[in-house]
Amino acid sequence: MSAYRLSNGGLIDRSKPIDFKFDGKPLQGFAGDTLASALLANDKLLVGRSFKYHRPRGLLTAGAAEPNALVTLGQDGRTETNTRATMVELHHGLEARSQNRWPSLDHDIGAINGMLSPFLGAGFYYKTFMWPAAFWEKLYEPIIRKAAGLGRASYVPDPDTYEKSWAHCDLLIIGAGPTGLAAALTAARSKARVILVDEGSMLGGSLLCETTEINDQPAAEFAAQAIVELSAAENVQILKRTTVVGAYDDNVFGALERVQKHVSVIDDNKPVERFWRISAKQAILATGAEERPLVFGGNDRPGMMMAGAMRTYLNRFAVAPGKQVAIFSNGPSGWQTARDLEANGVDVVAIVTPETASNKSYQGKARIIANAVIAGTSGEKRLKGLTIRHIGSGSEETLACDALGMSGGWSPIVHLACHRGDKPKWSDAHAAFLPPAPRDGLIAAGGAAGTYSLAACLQDGGTLAAEALDNLGHSVSRAEFSTQQDEKAEMPAPFWYVKAPKGKAFVDFQNDVHLKDLGLAVREGYDHVELAKRYTTNGMATDQGKLSNVNAIGILAEATGTSPDVVGTTTFRPFYTPVSFGALTGSHIGAHFHPTRVSPLFKWAEKHGARFVETGLWHRSSWFPKEGESDWRESVDREAKTVRSHAGICDVSTLGKIEIFGSDAAEFINRVYCNGFLKLPVGKARYGLMLREDGFIYDDGTTSRLGENHFFMTTTTAFAAGVLTHLECCSQVLWPDLDVRLVSVSDQWAQMAIAGPNARKILAEIVDEDISDAAFPFLAAREVGLSGGQIKGRLFRISFSGELAFELAVPAGYGEAVADAILSLGEDHGITPYGTEALNVLRIEKGHVTHAEINGTVTPGDLGFGRMVSAKKPDFIGRVMLQREGLQATDRLRLVGIRPLDPAESFVSGSHILDVDAAPTGANDLGHVTSSCFSPHLGHTIGLAMVKHGPELIGEEIVIWNGLKQQSIRGVLCEPVFVDPKGEKLHA
Amino acid sequence: MASLITCPHCGVRPKEEFTIRGDASVTRPSPEADGEVWHAYVHLRDNPRGLHKEYWHHTSGCRRWLVVTRDTVSHDVIDVSDAGALA
Repeated sequence: MSAYRLSNGGLIDRSKPIDFKFDGKPLQGFAGDTLASALLANDKLLVGRSFKYHRPRGLLTAGAAEPNALVTLGQDGRTETNTRATMVELHHGLEARSQNRWPSLDHDIGAINGMLSPFLGAGFYYKTFMWPAAFWEKLYEPIIRKAAGLGRASYVPDPDTYEKSWAHCDLLIIGAGPTGLAAALTAARSKARVILVDEGSMLGGSLLCETTEINDQPAAEFAAQAIVELSAAENVQILKRTTVVGAYDDNVFGALERVQKHVSVIDDNKPVERFWRISAKQAILATGAEERPLVFGGNDRPGMMMAGAMRTYLNRFAVAPGKQVAIFSNGPSGWQTARDLEANGVDVVAIVTPETASNKSYQGKARIIANAVIAGTSGEKRLKGLTIRHIGSGSEETLACDALGMSGGWSPIVHLACHRGDKPKWSDAHAAFLPPAPRDGLIAAGGAAGTYSLAACLQDGGTLAAEALDNLGHSVSRAEFSTQQDEKAEMPAPFWYVKAPKGKAFVDFQNDVHLKDLGLAVREGYDHVELAKRYTTNGMATDQGKLSNVNAIGILAEATGTSPDVVGTTTFRPFYTPVSFGALTGSHIGAHFHPTRVSPLFKWAEKHGARFVETGLWHRSSWFPKEGESDWRESVDREAKTVRSHAGICDVSTLGKIEIFGSDAAEFINRVYCNGFLKLPVGKARYGLMLREDGFIYDDGTTSRLGENHFFMTTTTAFAAGVLTHLECCSQVLWPDLDVRLVSVSDQWAQMAIAGPNARKILAEIVDEDISDAAFPFLAAREVGLSGGQIKGRLFRISFSGELAFELAVPAGYGEAVADAILSLGEDHGITPYGTEALNVLRIEKGHVTHAEINGTVTPGDLGFGRMVSAKKPDFIGRVMLQREGLQATDRLRLVGIRPLDPAESFVSGSHILDVDAAPTGANDLGHVTSSCFSPHLGHTIGLAMVKHGPELIGEEIVIWNGLKQQSIRGVLCEPVFVDPKGEKLHA
Repeated sequence: MASLITCPHCGVRPKEEFTIRGDASVTRPSPEADGEVWHAYVHLRDNPRGLHKEYWHHTSGCRRWLVVTRDTVSHDVIDVSDAGALA
């Protein structure tokens, strides 16, 4: 036994014991503990296995940078891997599991990697698993991934909810340590809108962990009192358990709030995490500083931790890290830890420092070994002793201990100040990288700016808050503090590593990168800091080098004979700490991510037994099986035949619909379609072909002139939003002088096609006006009354099926009633509802194109619409570029019909067209089938195809090749209109 | 990329409400213009370091097309104007 709980002190509540489990073993901690402090109090020094060598590892920190103590929490859908035990609040029923070990943490087979370590240096994988190339994906990578890894995610869906939210403030204060609290108090008293964010469950930061005094109160009490004042202020919003993870342009910050990650029973009415986007006018970065580890042989044994972390466990959580504690410190931190340990009755066996002189203010009992380093350590799953080397003589001695606190100095936590691309600057005076110059009102203060004394941090926070508020025009009311002037915290020169270490000297604990790996990277030419990172993996994975990066930079600087200033840092990118996918997704899951879009006739179709198909977000009625029909084709064949013999009704509401108004509406439409619209008479519809400016077809549809200055355009379902945006661009950007107004009415109208020889008879019973061929000829488009003027609708005599057909649009809410009325009126006339499948059959039989043909690579000429393109119009979108040689070439893929030579054979869309005697290769490709179906009227498969010289080859025999199935059949190219080529039915 | 865009019609809005179309420094040539001029208009775009004018559509807002002048290095937005008002 070495680590133990102190009987007094700390910010834990000894009256509230909490039961939890680690690797299945029941343990107990107290309210106020983290998982880490509770494990330490139970003398659980071994908490994880390292990534590559599976070395036993213990807690290294007490905070967000923890690289070793990564555990998996929760079960099934709530499984959360790679969680830092230092950041988990202990709660009843908490079950944590260690990672990267098998069969158990104590007995890990993977530890054999440690013995193989001479072969596992940097670049090992790149150099070893090179040949044969195909083995990488199939063999090497899966094995390596299985062996080296962090936690394993669950495949079960997460049952919890997450949300996203915006927040706005005058001043955002990131971090509620001494600097942040001082800033917040000044800002609160100045009546500014303040948001104070801290990652901890208790505000106070280092004040909770140190034994200093402010305003003659212990630091933790001062913090508690400050929180009371801030909580009561209406102008202050406090977000605790919240980590600001990213800083973005315009002072927008991303922050992750852990709303219910510390509770035993999750309230379903609240999210478990909330992702904030905070828009701040000014922001103060009060994130403090990170203590740097020292790089020496065997510096990773359980029982070793940062000197500052040791003070946190001791003072905040009342846990002694061991019974015989040694200190290895460059700078004052270790000495303070020795003082605090001794104050709690813990034996400090030695303070080892590479500095030549002792710390003047230390008055304790520990043996001081100055001008010395730790060369190596002993112990497997817990630290047993040190080998101390005297720098001057080179002589070594051993020393028994069960814990070691180390400090290599401090690195300001500058991440957020660098997320927008600014680089930190090395300062020899601070022995640290300092944040870049303030930008757009984001300024670093206190420890984050390299200020280490408490008095100076309190001063800095208040001053910078006052300046920020002054910039915003607030009258400032400063908060003042008194504290003992601590000794001038001078930083000694950085001590990057112990030379000739005994055993591995780890730089990056999470990635098992040690001193020799960095040396190898330099020798092999990967000495640039960004290359060294990728070559060695130093600074990667979940902690992103929070502890290791600055040491690695110092080591690279020494190895290359330069300075940290020259080496520079790797790029700081969001996120500062890991963010769950759940939080980033927020409420956008399931139907909230992929909403279901239904037409006003959805319920009508459902009522009549429709089967639906998803096209984009839409659920469209695709066929309507009748009793006794077992196969979809049976239903579709019947529907298609009934339309051609009697009548059918089909939901076409999903088409995009745009109302176009204005005295220049006709001119505008004339410019956006390639065919003429200027002279379209009122009361008439016209098919329009819309090109892109590069000359290719963008979309098609009908546009009707309902009044002199009022048009109604339809678009294809898929391009409804795109066409509206395009038209808005044309009217606002290209031709703002034209008097045009556009409004989308896609959802306002239920639109149905009534097609077939009996269509007019049926509609005549519900439409008030005369719709005889004479009164309402082909392409007529007018407002009509229905059922004696009860409803106003719009009737269009247009046809996609090639039959005598109408499209009737009624206000969306009336859709179902009108469609039902038409179905019942049509019963005697043999009407059937039909879906998109039959619609497709009917249009292929008639040679009508859809986006299967208009795929962004076809011109009007390719589809046989060449003569539609106006030669008279001075200008329209696509006019000039359509004339390019390549777009007018005769060997382009052009539209033809296609049928099998033997009607008993069939083919599918996507099949390729080959010459009869050509070998089946892509090189011999003449084109491909774009649409195909079984034609119930012809009794065999038909299709549309885009074929080189297509129309010139009509009547020719070709091969239809399905390369995926290695099938070829004989086919014949034909006219693309299979039914009623003269259009007699259309005009009936 | 800026996080917030001040739409002249809607005020300060998050960039997610907008759709960017690209270079606003190009002008649609006259129909009589040379093929090369049209080719440049349709296909050729600069990718400037520094000041850049772009068409942004306030898709989830007022649905107006805007011209955003921004610095591609510092990400500063210098001006946001209605495209129609500029023409």
